[in-house]
Amino acid sequence: MEAMLRDRRAVLALIGPALLVYTLIVMVPVVWSLVYTLYEGNVIAGFQFVGFHNYGALFSDKLFWQSLVFTVKYAIVVTVGQVGIGLLLALLYIFYLGKASGVIRTLVFFPVVLPTVAVAQLFSKIFEIVPQYGLVNALLHLAHLDAWIQPWLGQGNSAFWVIVIMDIWRSMGFYAVLLFAGLLDIPADLIEAARVDGAAGLRLIRYVILPLLTPILFSSFIFSINGTLKVFDSILALTNGGPGQTTTPLTLYMFNTAFSNGEYGYGSTVATSLAILCLVVTLLIFRSARRDVA
Amino acid sequence: MRDTLSGQTGQIVEAPPVAHRPATGSRRAASRLLTRIPGWLLIGLLLVVEVYPLLWLLLSSFKTNAEFTQGAFYALPAHLDWQNYSQAWTSGMGVYFLNSVLTVFPSLALILALSLAAGFALEVMKWRWSNPVLLLFLAGIMVPSQMLLLPLFTIYFHAQLIDTRWALIITYTGFGLPLTVFLMAGFFKAVPREVLEAAVLDGASIYQVFFRVALPMVANGIVTIALVQFFFLWNDLLFSLTFISSDNLRTIQTGLLNFTGEFGQVQWGPTFAAIALAVFPTLVIYLVLNQQVIKGLTAGSLKG
Repeated sequence: MEAMLRDRRAVLALIGPALLVYTLIVMVPVVWSLVYTLYEGNVIAGFQFVGFHNYGALFSDKLFWQSLVFTVKYAIVVTVGQVGIGLLLALLYIFYLGKASGVIRTLVFFPVVLPTVAVAQLFSKIFEIVPQYGLVNALLHLAHLDAWIQPWLGQGNSAFWVIVIMDIWRSMGFYAVLLFAGLLDIPADLIEAARVDGAAGLRLIRYVILPLLTPILFSSFIFSINGTLKVFDSILALTNGGPGQTTTPLTLYMFNTAFSNGEYGYGSTVATSLAILCLVVTLLIFRSARRDVA
Repeated sequence: MRDTLSGQTGQIVEAPPVAHRPATGSRRAASRLLTRIPGWLLIGLLLVVEVYPLLWLLLSSFKTNAEFTQGAFYALPAHLDWQNYSQAWTSGMGVYFLNSVLTVFPSLALILALSLAAGFALEVMKWRWSNPVLLLFLAGIMVPSQMLLLPLFTIYFHAQLIDTRWALIITYTGFGLPLTVFLMAGFFKAVPREVLEAAVLDGASIYQVFFRVALPMVANGIVTIALVQFFFLWNDLLFSLTFISSDNLRTIQTGLLNFTGEFGQVQWGPTFAAIALAVFPTLVIYLVLNQQVIKGLTAGSLKG
């Protein structure tokens, strides 16, 4: 048995293919991408070594800062929304629905698996104004609130909120299930003991349930912020970064820089700064989590 | 659902603590009922918010252009008109659909085959580098896909793979590996060693142990992983957008984007039908296997 499990040729035959594909398709490109940040040019025109010029250029690039600000703002709002509403839903499931919550949980989870492009197209129709009113404007018209009818996706500010609403709608069911699993883990007698001590309602949630839920809340935050900082599909399909550049996140800015302007080096620099941003934010949340738990 | 969630996390709380406390006296019961009303309203609102947009999509996909411009948005379609669907299908969606099938399923098969073998080697077999290699795969979960884009584009450009299905199949396989290998290793960990040992004592070779004994025991895990990866690949936009440029090779997501760009402004009916077509496979799979889908998707994140 031992000898068989240590058979080197078998190990190589089993792990080799996966390791090879993974190295070629993921590991090598990551390193390659870092090398690109020191170059200028693209695959057709050729490359030129420019040292750290690309990094310096980031600082004076107004569009980069605009996308960075948009990305961070979007990530914070959506993360708070996703996890916050997810938490409310999880509490709703467990306190109001109890064992009957299965159907609702399954239903609210459904948009998670829907293709983002399809959801974005659906939302662009919901918020449309021409050639005919979408769902929202039609409802406003029905309620005689015609003054509120507007091109929701044609203005930077309202477009931002449409994107936020869409992405919260898509993913709240996911966080609800995650946090629901965390709530199931809280021992019933602990809650009972707190009740005997007089904790009820909001106080019970604030002082007993939330502290016990902290670890899973933190992992939800990490997961959500990492997803939202990398937002791409939903924005590309809903507004394509517009109107103007007002809803362009870093990922889309990187994509346009690389493929519309043919600046691979600069595009890689934007991608790298995004990866660093994700890493730093994750580490920060980890650190604050440690302090909180200790 | 309850089983899987509890199974995942270990402790089992049989009943939610509050909902099952017996109420004493009918006044208590009445006041309890009153306090419950806001909750039920909230749930009603939740269902409307969650379900109505999808219902609207479905109803709209059957409407004629005249019904859109003249009828109210909430009106039911006059009859089940499949015209929109056939128009959407023949003006591109059919081709996109086929392309998605032809890229997603080969990738899925490759991911499963590679990660099954790797998971077995990492968790069951004994060798010095097994832990570092597992960590190497784990690191890949965090890599943003944007970082792979330009080097991969360069590689495929020189290998003349740009604008072929191979570019997508190769990328999907490589990018899908980190999470699947990691999850597979977890599944093999749960296989009891005694069963494997018994097979060895019966004279099985290591490959026979892998194919005949270990594989059937992780069958559930294979289904879960296949489901999760199916949704990731079916819903991919970025890679398909980057590596495919000809219209007749577009997958369903880039195709849908293209389709609505062409038809969306004027022809709502076919556009809604096209959206519904893109949603349809995910809906069917979710209707049948929702508990496994939920379990798989949340398992992938809890670990990270």
